[in-house]
Amino acid sequence: MEIVVCIKRVPQTAEAEVKVDPSGRDIVKDRLTFDINEADSYALEQAILLKEKYGGSVTAISLGPAEAEDTLRIALAKGADNALRIKEEDFTPLDGYKTALILYNIIKDLKYNVILTGCIATDDGYSQVGPIIAELLGIPHATLVTELEIKDEKAEVVRELEGGLLERLEINLPALFAVQTGINEPRYASLLAIRRAAKKEIKTLGGADIQGEVKSLSVLEKLYVPPVERRAEILSGSMDEISEKLVQIIKEKGLL
Amino acid sequence: MNFDLTSDQKMLQDQVRKFARTELAPVAPEIDKSGEFPWENLKKMAKLGLLGIIIPEEYGGSGFDFISLAIAVEEISRVCATTGVIVAVNNSLCAYPILQFGTEEQKKKYLPPLCSGEKIGAMGITEPNAGSDVAGMESTARLEGDYYILNGTKRFITNGGEAGIYVVFAYTNKEMKHKGISAFIVERDTPGFTLGKHEDLMGIRATANCELIFEDCKIPKENLLGEEGQGFKICMNTLDVSRIDIGAQAVGIAQGALDEAIKYSKERKAFGQPICNFEMIQSMLAEMATQIHAARLMVYYAGYCKDKGMKRFSKEAAMAKYYASSITVDVARKALQIHGGYGYTKDYTIERLYRDAKILELYEGTSEIQKLVIARELTR
Repeated sequence: MEIVVCIKRVPQTAEAEVKVDPSGRDIVKDRLTFDINEADSYALEQAILLKEKYGGSVTAISLGPAEAEDTLRIALAKGADNALRIKEEDFTPLDGYKTALILYNIIKDLKYNVILTGCIATDDGYSQVGPIIAELLGIPHATLVTELEIKDEKAEVVRELEGGLLERLEINLPALFAVQTGINEPRYASLLAIRRAAKKEIKTLGGADIQGEVKSLSVLEKLYVPPVERRAEILSGSMDEISEKLVQIIKEKGLL
Repeated sequence: MNFDLTSDQKMLQDQVRKFARTELAPVAPEIDKSGEFPWENLKKMAKLGLLGIIIPEEYGGSGFDFISLAIAVEEISRVCATTGVIVAVNNSLCAYPILQFGTEEQKKKYLPPLCSGEKIGAMGITEPNAGSDVAGMESTARLEGDYYILNGTKRFITNGGEAGIYVVFAYTNKEMKHKGISAFIVERDTPGFTLGKHEDLMGIRATANCELIFEDCKIPKENLLGEEGQGFKICMNTLDVSRIDIGAQAVGIAQGALDEAIKYSKERKAFGQPICNFEMIQSMLAEMATQIHAARLMVYYAGYCKDKGMKRFSKEAAMAKYYASSITVDVARKALQIHGGYGYTKDYTIERLYRDAKILELYEGTSEIQKLVIARELTR
């Protein structure tokens, strides 16, 4: 089974203070740490699990800056066979469509039975790239995938819907799956695998390797931090009273 | 001159950091409380190759260098000092001397189980009446036929209560003074070897710190490590190396303490603002970060000396261990001070780190011994 997995290197913003840079179209990144996008790390693990079960090979692709090669190298250490970086610097600015178009241009010439992506990137949150790649390739896709099994050239997938519902589908291969976090338990690379991966080649492709014109369909106008609205309420009283009030509020807001 | 980590060192740091935060940090308070040896942690670490970081692949290890060992021990100790020292001891106090001084048979027999976690390693130098004064040890081993008969007691042995393989030192010839000490590889189930008192430690509480008692313990002749009389040299050489990763453990604890102090000082408000805005808090944070940075560079430099194959780096290793130990105690103190009264409760991680930090000035050579090593090198 030939598997392609798309991974993205994103800033870790969960515990950091995010500031908009002077251009107004990007965030200040120099003090942020970067890592593989969370959902993509599950996609990568799923790719390796599929390979371990059905044989074949895993190709990890990242459209990113030179530093994305660190992320790709970890992918190699975890079990990817090939790694490919597409030079982001040749294509910026990017929107979801343009990103997908570039990835499509590379993937269409590769062998693949299964393409995996994360279901959402934690930086731009578009959730577009996976489905657009699938549409451009003319293959089926499923998003928010929480289970994935392969049987006789077909995939059995479970998707997560709103309201706690699950949906089970049978999909013909080749197909693309945008996986949800929690679908598996991403492994750590062993030290031996790290040493071997350090010597492996990471192929790079740039603007000259993409045929035709790739254009964005949307333009980022402005990034901003929403104005703070003061709506905090401090509950007072004994622990029991506070608990009771809290439960009441949660019920009123329809959260329970 | 190059301060960059290599590609594989960077990956190792990334993966060990994630592993430590996700797998080790959640159980650290638990094992501190129970004092139970963290076998589960070790199983997971064995799978990643963390138990034989510096051991070549052919003996089941990961084949990394000593800077990498320091990086790994720092990341582990940053969240769990107990697990950090268990890894350090397994690597540098047990596997390393066997790798360096062992015969091919000994390496093939003992290194793979130490790397796979099937057996954990320990080293026995310290005795009830001999700590800093290594040559003051009373243990003896006499050759009788195919066996050495070992008698004596070793105290404060990290991993002692749970290890399967020990490197133990004893006199084979008392008259030769320190040149009469020899080293032996002792297996846990050797007749005449029993465990004594389990220590109830102030910090690093789950390290199975235990007394080893040898009463006419019969050790096969082929388990002599190196040659007779080489023990003191093996011991000193091993300590030079282990000071690199014990220095790294100190840096890890200090970094963990700074992490906690920064987090707390940003959350805690006083006089209408987060306390990290106050100059006296900022002063402490700046001092801590600078101390840690200096200590880390010293530890890396000691590792670099070893990796480069420098014959003599006792001074560099002692300096790194001495400095890193003293700053970790100071950093932990400041970090607790920033926490105020809350830091004195068991609800906050800093309470554990404060207790863990102190051991660094005591084991693997007290700070006084480090200074003695440094001064002797200066006046040679």
